Amino acid sequence: MARETPLLARYAEGLFWMARYVERVENLARLVDVTQTFEAPGREAESWLALVRINADEESFFKRGGVANAEQVRRFYLLDPGNPTGVPASLEAARYNARTLRPLISTEMWMHLNMFHRDMLSITPDDLQGDNLSRLCRRLKEGVQTHTGITEGTFFRDQGWFFYQLGRLIERADQTTRLLDIRYHLLVPAVGGEERRVTELTQWGSVLRAAAGYHAFRRVAPPGFGPEDVVSFLLTDTSFPRAVSLCIEQMEWMLGQLRSRYGLRGTVAALERVEELRAALTGRPVARIIEDGLHQFLDGVQRDLIMLAGEIGTAFFRDWRPLAEAPGQTQTQSQTQAA
Amino acid sequence: MQLTSTDPFSDYDSGAYFCELTSKRADDQGTASAVQSRIGTIGLDALHARASAAETELINLGITFTVYSEASAIDRILPFDCIPRVITAAEWRHLEAGVKQRVKALNAFLHDIYHGGRVVKDGIIPGDLVYGNANFREEMRDFPVRFGTYVHICGIDIVRDQNGGFLVLEDNARTPSGVSYVVENRHLMSRAFPDLMSGIRLRPVDDYGRRLLSAMTEIAPEGVDNPQVVLLSPGIYNSAYFEHVFLSREMGVPLVEGADLTVENDKVWMRTTGGLRPVHTIYRRISDEFLDPTVFKPDSMLGVPGLIGAWRRGNVTLANAVGTGVADDKAVYAYMPRIIKYYLNEDAILPNVETHICREPEGLAYTLANLENLVVKPVGESGGYGITIGPRATKAQIEAARAALIADPSNWISQPVVSLSVGPTLTEQGIRPRHLDLRPFAVTGRETWVLPGGLSRVALKEGSLVVNSSQGGGSKDTWVLDDGVR
Repeated sequence: MARETPLLARYAEGLFWMARYVERVENLARLVDVTQTFEAPGREAESWLALVRINADEESFFKRGGVANAEQVRRFYLLDPGNPTGVPASLEAARYNARTLRPLISTEMWMHLNMFHRDMLSITPDDLQGDNLSRLCRRLKEGVQTHTGITEGTFFRDQGWFFYQLGRLIERADQTTRLLDIRYHLLVPAVGGEERRVTELTQWGSVLRAAAGYHAFRRVAPPGFGPEDVVSFLLTDTSFPRAVSLCIEQMEWMLGQLRSRYGLRGTVAALERVEELRAALTGRPVARIIEDGLHQFLDGVQRDLIMLAGEIGTAFFRDWRPLAEAPGQTQTQSQTQAA
Repeated sequence: MQLTSTDPFSDYDSGAYFCELTSKRADDQGTASAVQSRIGTIGLDALHARASAAETELINLGITFTVYSEASAIDRILPFDCIPRVITAAEWRHLEAGVKQRVKALNAFLHDIYHGGRVVKDGIIPGDLVYGNANFREEMRDFPVRFGTYVHICGIDIVRDQNGGFLVLEDNARTPSGVSYVVENRHLMSRAFPDLMSGIRLRPVDDYGRRLLSAMTEIAPEGVDNPQVVLLSPGIYNSAYFEHVFLSREMGVPLVEGADLTVENDKVWMRTTGGLRPVHTIYRRISDEFLDPTVFKPDSMLGVPGLIGAWRRGNVTLANAVGTGVADDKAVYAYMPRIIKYYLNEDAILPNVETHICREPEGLAYTLANLENLVVKPVGESGGYGITIGPRATKAQIEAARAALIADPSNWISQPVVSLSVGPTLTEQGIRPRHLDLRPFAVTGRETWVLPGGLSRVALKEGSLVVNSSQGGGSKDTWVLDDGVR
């Protein structure tokens, strides 16, 4: 069965974005979950606003009438379909892309996403209250994980698979940097003695749990580990699936496969970006990165990932774009946002 | 105490109509009684529960068509009725032969009118009906198509009268839809009602995609090895998008939108991750006038600029060909029996519904004399408008129709009211007769192949004759019994 199957540029783009949007839903659930855990009595608003800040959503949050309290931030991300970075819009965009991809993706992938989307349309304000919130986050995570499992088990491994994986890895790396960012301001050099240090480590433990990396971290962490070891793990580990370095390694492999298996020559610029990202991560010790300013560093990684996505778009998706502008096409909006 | 019958068919009565399940047919291989007794075993409650689960599955699978209102787009399923419509092997042989004959005549007619128009010169059909038709395309004149096939995909709407006789109601020679439901209904049936089907030998419906791809490959421009076939769709906002997805998957070819294609040097290319790749056959599911903005509607974004030029140069094949709409027009329909006779020297195997052509004096006289018993239809394009159903019309409406007929006879045809056959259908009240029709699908490349069965559409409202999905229509699985004879 050696029939060569060219991939429409539009499909490649759809796969890339479908994967990104789905991955975003899982990570949003993780971010909300960890924010909930950090909610300090009496200072809830501050914790929740940090979520808005690390997503760089301050402007749209306040423009949409958001008031800085826990309830409003939760609604903004979990209920407001008008927030392009929230769960409803991401799922809508994922389903939109899946719909354009129905000729290509497996029936089971489509059917699950269709049902997941419908299920999440029925989220009510009540689901954001008390212990319901954590349950909701679990539902969201599991929905995405089901998607991932179905995709792994049913999606044909041709070019499309690689574009799907690239979208997913870029989004995942980006979200890990945001998860890290949520606690950056806690990384002031240790003053305040042992008690403060233990509190900090508890919070870092929550970040690790939100990333599903707590146990893995304990296995590889040095005795007497500190916050910088957590940061190092999430940034530079090459075995943990949500670590930025592993994501980057995998992106490089995917791009290489597109080049060697399918003869796609447009990968050069993207591969150069990947090189730069890796150099940034391995170029200096994490302790030094923290010293120089973790927040700025994470910002830089996010910018590089945006440029990497841009290179992939220019090389493979741009060709059909100039003519196509369907009404209500949410992915266009996000591309503008990302560009 | 209330007595409930265990046989859901005990109060089923199809009245004067022909029933597609219960009317006696000697060659039904015992299927009708088997289906009835199995439904009895399942019981009405379980039947309702399973039918509702089956409809939920259609929603989950997204086997839907989209209905647009001002505010939103709603995905609806085509309601599925779980009681099958049964066609015997002999009935099917008759239908199949009739459909093939019809397709042959339609193609011969199209070839003729675009190559000199012998049929008009010989006085078989008035020239203005052909050349004055809005769907006649000048671009097609003297243009060669492979194997003389213009209508590659054809759907013919067939009804059955009270005696069980099959009649053609309409030809669909442009971009007929519905075939995806034929296949999906069968899949749904075998998942949800395996006990209803077990042991009954049916002609399979799975072969459509393979046959279609073969035909699309055959008609590609001559001399192309391994032609690239694509399906051109208006995209996800089109109400038939699911069917486009279905067909592209069944053929294993890309579903493209206009923006995925481009024309350079009179050749058609698709935009892929690896650059431009040639395209040779386009199964297009968009109308003629949207195909190419440089030739037809300049503001259309659905088509591909330059496509008609590439096609005129013979570098790409369009299926169906441009300009087939003239053949499935209502006015031309009335002449189909004569057209069949003219080209094939055969009588129509499947007769038309008796049609009186009012531009002809006898037709007009008969129509005027029997207005109370006839359906009077305008032949123009605006289907649905201006129809007068004699038996249901007021005196004033009859007189208005009379005046319109006398003022412009050639704009009208008339037909008797056909007593459409019924099929037992699951309703809130139990199993009741509902009217249905049948749309078989024919695929033609070098030769014609007809998918066994076709789409059975059912008017779910009591007494309704309207089977359209937009107006309360649903569908049934259509069983063609297999007797081993071909």
